[in-house]
Formats: sequence, C-alpha cells, structure tokens
Amino acid sequence: MLSYIIRRVFQALLVLLIVGLVAFAMFNFIGDPIDNMLGQERTEEDIARLKAQLGLDQPFVVQYFKFILSALQGNLGVSYEQGRPVADILVERAPATLELAAVSGVFALTLGIILGVITAIRRDGFLANSIMILSLIGVSLPTFLIGILLIYLFAVELSWFSSFGRGETVALGNWTTGFLTASGLKALVLPSITLGLYQMTLIMRLVRSEMLVVLREDYIRFARARGLSERAVTFRHALKNTMVPVITVTGLQLGSLIAFAIITESVFQWPGMGLLFLNAIQFVDIPVMAAYLMLISVMFVGINLIVDLLYVAVDPRLRV
Amino acid sequence: MTDTPAPKPKSRLARAWDSDFAWNFRHSPVAVVSFVVTAILLLSALFAPLLATMNPFDPANLNLLNGFVAPNTPSEFTGETFLMGTDDQGRDVYSTILYGMRISLFVGFAAVALGLFIGVSLGLISGYFGGWTDTIIMRIADVQLTFPSILVAMLIFGVAKGFTPVEYRDQLAIWVLILSIGLSDWVQFARVVRGATMVEKNKEYVQAARLIGRKSFPIMIRHILPNVLSPVLVIATISLALAIIAEATLSYLGVGAPPTQPSLGTLIRIGQGFLFSGEWWILFFPSVTLLTLALAVNLLGDWLRDALNPKLR
Repeated sequence: MLSYIIRRVFQALLVLLIVGLVAFAMFNFIGDPIDNMLGQERTEEDIARLKAQLGLDQPFVVQYFKFILSALQGNLGVSYEQGRPVADILVERAPATLELAAVSGVFALTLGIILGVITAIRRDGFLANSIMILSLIGVSLPTFLIGILLIYLFAVELSWFSSFGRGETVALGNWTTGFLTASGLKALVLPSITLGLYQMTLIMRLVRSEMLVVLREDYIRFARARGLSERAVTFRHALKNTMVPVITVTGLQLGSLIAFAIITESVFQWPGMGLLFLNAIQFVDIPVMAAYLMLISVMFVGINLIVDLLYVAVDPRLRV
Repeated sequence: MTDTPAPKPKSRLARAWDSDFAWNFRHSPVAVVSFVVTAILLLSALFAPLLATMNPFDPANLNLLNGFVAPNTPSEFTGETFLMGTDDQGRDVYSTILYGMRISLFVGFAAVALGLFIGVSLGLISGYFGGWTDTIIMRIADVQLTFPSILVAMLIFGVAKGFTPVEYRDQLAIWVLILSIGLSDWVQFARVVRGATMVEKNKEYVQAARLIGRKSFPIMIRHILPNVLSPVLVIATISLALAIIAEATLSYLGVGAPPTQPSLGTLIRIGQGFLFSGEWWILFFPSVTLLTLALAVNLLGDWLRDALNPKLR
C-alpha cells in the first residue's frame, strides 16, 4: 500500500519534471523574443537593455536553474506580448475558466445521471432510444460546431442569451465572479452546455451501462419483493451502487474540462486561460504558452494522482 | 494455396465479393451509405479544379461586385448566380468548400500517415527489443497520453510556429499542422503494434528466421510487420476521423490552416463573423460539409472495427 503510494507520487513528479524540461526548452530554443517585442525601429541599446531585462544574456545552465527556482516560487516570466508578469495574467484569467468548468461539470454530472437512469429504466422506450441516437451524433460533432449551433439558435434567432463574454462580473478580492449578477449567470448558460455536452454523454452512457448490470442483481429483486416503490428501488438501491465508477470518471474528466475549455472559450470569446493560451500560440508568446502548459500539467497530474489514491482508499481489493 | 481442388476457378473479384468482409459490408446499410458519402466527398475534393466554378484563391477571379450574393439568387450588379452564394470578396462558396475540403482531407491523411509511421516503427522496436528501449518509449507514450491529443497538437503547433521564420509561417502552416496532428496521435499505433509484436516475436517463424541468421530489422519489417497490420488499419480509419476533426478545430481556433489556404475549419471561422449580419450561407455550407465528412468517416471506422475485429466490439 505504502509502496504503491510512493511509486505513484514518484511517477507524478517524473511527469511534472519532464513537462518542466519541455517548458524550459521552449523558453530557450524558440524564436527571438526581442524580435517579437520590439518593432522595426529599434536600436542596439534597446536590444541589449531588453536582453538584460529578460535575462536572455546569461548562460544556459544559469537560466535553467533560475527557471526552475522561479517557477516553484510562482514567477513564470514576463509575457512577450503584454509585457506583464505571466503569473498576474493567469491569476486574472483563472476565475473565468474555473467557473465555466465548474458549471459545466455540475451540468454534465446532473443531467448525465438523470438521462442515464432514464435510458436504463426505459430501455427500449422511444424516449430512451432517441436520447441514445442523439448522444451518438453529439459525440461525433466537433465541439465548436455545437457552440456555433447554440449561438445561432439562442443568440441570433431567439436572442435569449448573448453570444460572447462573461456579462457583468463582481470582484471579490482577486476573484471576479459571474455568479452574482443576472447577466453573468445568463452568459454562463451556452458556454457551459457546449463544454459539458461531451462529458454529459460520457457520464450518461456509463450510468446506463452500470445501471443495466446492477438492476439484474439479486438485491434489487429482493427490494422489489419487499414491496418498495419503483422510485426507491431505482434511486436508493440501484443508483447508489453505480456511483463509484461515475465519481472516478468525473474526476478524471475534470482535467479535460479545463483543457477543452480552450475551444469553448474561443467560440464564445470567454476571457479565460484557454483564450489566453490561444492568443499566445498566435503571437508565439512563449512564456505564456510554457506557463499554461505547466499549470495544466499540475492540474492533470494532480487530479489523476488524487483519483488513483482515492480509488485505493475506496476499493480494498486494490490494496494488495 | 489450398489442398482441395476448387470446382470452378473463381475470379479474384468474385472471391472478394463472396468474402465475409464483403458480405458484412453489403448487409450493413450504415456502412454502404457512409462509404458512398465518403467516396463522393473524397472524389469531389480530388477533382476540385474540375468541379469548381472558379479557383477561389486566384486573385484574378475575384469580383467585389459579386460580394455577399445569396445562394441561387442573381447578383444585383453582374446578374451571375451562385449555388451556395458568395463571401465578402465575391468568392463562390461552393468552390471554396471544394478547395477547403481538399486541404482538410490532405492534412487528415498526411497526419494519420505520419502518426502511423512513427507509431508502428516505435511499436515494433519497443515490442521486439523490450528492456530499456521499451521502457523509455512507453514512458514517453504514457506522459503524452496524460494530456488530450488536441492540447498536445496545439502545443506542438505553437512550438513549431516559433521555429519557422515569420515570413514563411503562412506557407508552412499546412505542414506544421500535419506535423502537430501526426505527432499527437502516434501513441495508439505504438501501443497496439507493441502488444502484437510481443506475441509474434515468440512464434516459431520468427525463431526460424533468427536461426537462419537474419538480422533484427529485416525480421521486424519482413516477417513481423505483415502480421500486426490488421488492427493498425482499423486504428488508422478511426484516427482519420479524429484527425479531420482535430484539423478543423485547430483551423477554427486560428492555429491551423491560414486564410490564404483555408481548410473547412478556417472557412467556418471566417463564416462565423457573418452570422450576425445575416449572411448565413458563408457559415452554413462549410459546417454542413464538415459535419457530413466527420460523421461518414466516423461511422465507416466504427463499422470497419466491428467487421475486422469482432473481439473489440
């Protein structure tokens, strides 16, 4: 058990170290930031001053150590494009992405479980069949087309929702939230559906297949024989036992929600970290790209690690 | 080949027609429809210059007077009609779709070919040699699998863009795109080939080849490779659907095919700008084309997987 945990933590650290190396290599071997930051009219002094300012005049090894140390302290360099510390920009952008991911996650989980239960109980019903077919089509559609379709229907034709931005936000210290204003909440609707749809179908299919297995078990038959209502059997007895794999998959999908938010944020011009990353790619803003890469790796690796360890804690059979 | 003499020697075509595979195909309406749709789209992309009414990327063909003409209605100024309308610069949308599909499919096929080449090579090496080589290759695969492939592709695109000089970026964008999608999906190929190679290398024919003194690489390529290829074909088809969607997504996000060489994704990106001003056709037709293409290739891949390997079902 202990050796498993140690091995697992070691693996996670190794992945992070490799990612750190990739990020550092990006810093050092790509493009000429001086070229990107200064326009056509530049003097030799400008170049030298900027080089010293960015630390680009120092030897490789020194830069490497400085990079690792400062990254650990949360200093992720200065954006070539905006000329501000990357950490500040990320802190500013993070609430938008995290709120979006959280709402999508809740949406995917609730609707996924409800639809999963419906399709499992009424296996051959018309409703269940149509939901399954729709989910198949939904999975093969690119996310951005779903977003555009939603914009067309609900923003252009019906004008119920706006098609871009977060609406009005309220600042709570460093955190700007869209939860406290009507326009902020309205702005969350379409992006969350777009982002959560794929995860929702995934959870729905999982709940459905787990339910189909569980509903055949003896204890369900006994519960029915005891005269319990169908509702009590479904929700209190059957659904409860399908939750372990659902929680695992949801946990693992949290990371992809944040990653796939890049696409949704671009469709809806949502001012989060994903949009920042996209702009960074377009402008070859290496510090922002590298910082986003490291941040998202920490999230992915951390979530995977926690889910793995929780799994061992929940399921004693894995503790061999 | 066979010991029992056949009553009538059948032609190759007839034998292919009678095979399980073809029977399965003929009796699956989904497979037939998706195959026909894929074939039509492939051929129209291939013969785009013949089918298109104009080369939309030749500036000589642009006529600003024909800008924003709705589908199938005559232009106010020139009286010309366009099946799917025109965009802001007077380009025929139908022609841009044909040329765009060409780029989408080219990038898709080339990226899968690259991923397949890298994956199969590394998978063979990893499975055949084992030991440290295997550990290193598979660890890299594991690290890459931790992240969604679209994210990996974006990152590779950004890095590769940084390496290309500014003045060549647009010209090289297509190749950078192929590189990034190809490098992001080799892992599936490598894993499957590695597994199959580990089984095959202990079989007698490989030992026999070793005994007569053949070297490692000829054994891997001439003897093992042909025996591990059938699952590779299935993964390649599914990868093609994924690569087409990945290409469209990247181009839509503005980190793929440039507006000078637009793929379907770039066209959708451009078209979205006209959604609110009422020129729906600039967005609608490319989206429908992409949707049809992705769905058809996807369904074909699913069917192929079931038909070639019932165990995977």
